[in-house]
Amino acid sequence: MKLLFEFIVFPGFVFTAVFGMLVSWIDRKVTARIQWRQGPPFLQPYYDFQKLLIKETTIPETANTFTFLLSPLVAIISTTIVSLILWKTIFNPQSLFVGDLIVVIYLLAITPIAVILGASSSGNPIASLAASREMKLFMSYELPFILSIIVPIIKLHTIRLGDIILYQQTSGMVINSISGIIAFAVFLIAIQAKLGLVPFDMAEAETEIAGGVFIEYSGMPLALHKLNRIMLLFIIPIFAIILFLGGMYPLYIGLLKYLVILVIIILIRNTNPRVRIDQAIKFFWRSCMILSVLALILAMIGK
Amino acid sequence: MTDKNKKRTIIPIGPYHPLQEEAEFFKLYVEGEKVVDMDIEIGYMHRGIEKLSESMHYDQSAFLVERICGICSNSHPFAYVNAVEDLAGFEISIRAKYIRSVIGELERLHSHLLWLGLAGHFIGYNTVWMWSWKYRELVNDIFEFITGNRQHYGMMKIGGVRRDIENKDIPQIEKMCDNLIPVLNMFKGAVMDDPVIHARTKNVGILPKNVAIDYCVVGPTARASGIDIDVRRDDPYAAYNLVDWKVIVGKNGDVFDKAAIRILEMFESIKIIRGCLNGLKKEPEGNFDLKVKEIPVGEGIGRHEAPRGEVFHYVKSDKTNRPARHKIRAPSYVNIASNKYAVIGQTISDAALILAAVDPCYCCTERVTVIDKRKNKILMNGFDLIKLSQEKTEKLRKKHA
Repeated sequence: MKLLFEFIVFPGFVFTAVFGMLVSWIDRKVTARIQWRQGPPFLQPYYDFQKLLIKETTIPETANTFTFLLSPLVAIISTTIVSLILWKTIFNPQSLFVGDLIVVIYLLAITPIAVILGASSSGNPIASLAASREMKLFMSYELPFILSIIVPIIKLHTIRLGDIILYQQTSGMVINSISGIIAFAVFLIAIQAKLGLVPFDMAEAETEIAGGVFIEYSGMPLALHKLNRIMLLFIIPIFAIILFLGGMYPLYIGLLKYLVILVIIILIRNTNPRVRIDQAIKFFWRSCMILSVLALILAMIGK
Repeated sequence: MTDKNKKRTIIPIGPYHPLQEEAEFFKLYVEGEKVVDMDIEIGYMHRGIEKLSESMHYDQSAFLVERICGICSNSHPFAYVNAVEDLAGFEISIRAKYIRSVIGELERLHSHLLWLGLAGHFIGYNTVWMWSWKYRELVNDIFEFITGNRQHYGMMKIGGVRRDIENKDIPQIEKMCDNLIPVLNMFKGAVMDDPVIHARTKNVGILPKNVAIDYCVVGPTARASGIDIDVRRDDPYAAYNLVDWKVIVGKNGDVFDKAAIRILEMFESIKIIRGCLNGLKKEPEGNFDLKVKEIPVGEGIGRHEAPRGEVFHYVKSDKTNRPARHKIRAPSYVNIASNKYAVIGQTISDAALILAAVDPCYCCTERVTVIDKRKNKILMNGFDLIKLSQEKTEKLRKKHA
């Protein structure tokens, strides 16, 4: 019963969704102010979600209905579990099992896979093109992403999130070293792709392929997909704080760290055009790879 | 490997697509991400302006052709009044010439800023989009100050212009133009020095010079490919030979050159506006309209370098107060066709940008298509339509013989 409450209300689905909407509002508002626009009202992310819920759900004739509808559900469940693990770790670092970091990495990989599944099952040529882009993108950013996560593991000799937080509180944050800074930078760029934001939003790219992976989604499943993106936007900076910046405590410092990461994400998003998929792959497999391997070597020799 | 056509997928861009403000259909045949062929289908928004113009009198037609395009709303009336004046042999006053050029160049400024914003939007750079449209408002403010309107100015009139620019207003207009220069410098820096924009636009959608000549492209699209054409210089009209300016010519013909040429052209436009305003100060006020009462029999052509290239109007008159024939050729009509060459071999991401790089204006481009609605089949091909038009010309010739 307690677990169910934790999963559904706090710190699971409802908590993540509500705060995700808040973060999404900040994102949209800051973006709007950068672009000399007024920006949406505070409740706009909620209005969007609510409106999508009452819209009709159309399933294309060519689609595999089961996979098509399952995909947003799988994505949102995995994201919720990630949120659950991260927040439980923050509140009580000793409460979880050894290796939860590995679980989080796997669960974060489920979202793109679910999106690819949903897009390819819709039977739309544009969606299949977008799915192939998402797949290439996923394969290109995942390796630098994981390599950058290995840096704190090497430095702190643990694969348990709670221990990562605790060790950082005693021996200083991971980012206080050269390898930590490099790994953090690679991590930030990789999450830009993971969140599907400009410059790596080519799987959605509305001006090229009209929404891409979500082109056939409508109503409730689309609402869930959008909500999943919003929740990820809320969670991933927290993941970064745990790995590199030593957790959320004390809370006001934690909040400050969170806002800094969020603003960096928003700024990257607003000061870059979308790159092509081949350019993205080259970028991740050359520059980011070299940087993250460099960070790994530096971490091994203790810098 | 066995069957080439089996691997092809059709990616439709249009008839309704976020890339376009208007309806147009680009059918991309792709293999993976690579575009191997493209079909262009036009005719979704044909409004029969030429036919409508024949039912209106000369002064009304100037307003009608202004509605062909919302963005270059001054270009069509400009070319139209040039055509009618060529037909009748009017020589307008120098003051009217200066005012026409000021309006024409202001329009180029706002149109290029609008394109820059859209191009930013198409490559996902929404900040450029919003900023460029914000600063486009400054140009619209100048328009409002001069003409009272922000978009459809209604300034062109056979025999002159409809409103004067009073000498006491000129310092204010000059000040407003000065405010634009830092903005343009900012965009020049933001677009031409950004490495990611370079990566997205350089060597993308190249239209070589010889191909550009074959496709008869005009305007910035041609100048980016290294063709040195500009109606303003080659066939001077209005005040373009009275002020000092130069034609910007690129050499690569890629998307980057097209953007760079448009940005540099905006500086030239401001130069022209400044020159015209200086000229206006020396001309007597109030002498801006010939007050034309009658159009003689004859035929004339008018050309104007619109922001997108040369727009061409042909007007034939009989003794009535209406044009007997009014033929319009807009620049996008030739520019859009060149997409077919530029897009093939590129990826879909680039294709979207290349299609937008010629600054297409679909409403100008539309031609009639005759289709059977029930069978969804095109009834008349190009040759049938040419035959129809030849028959009509023959009929007109007999009528006026």
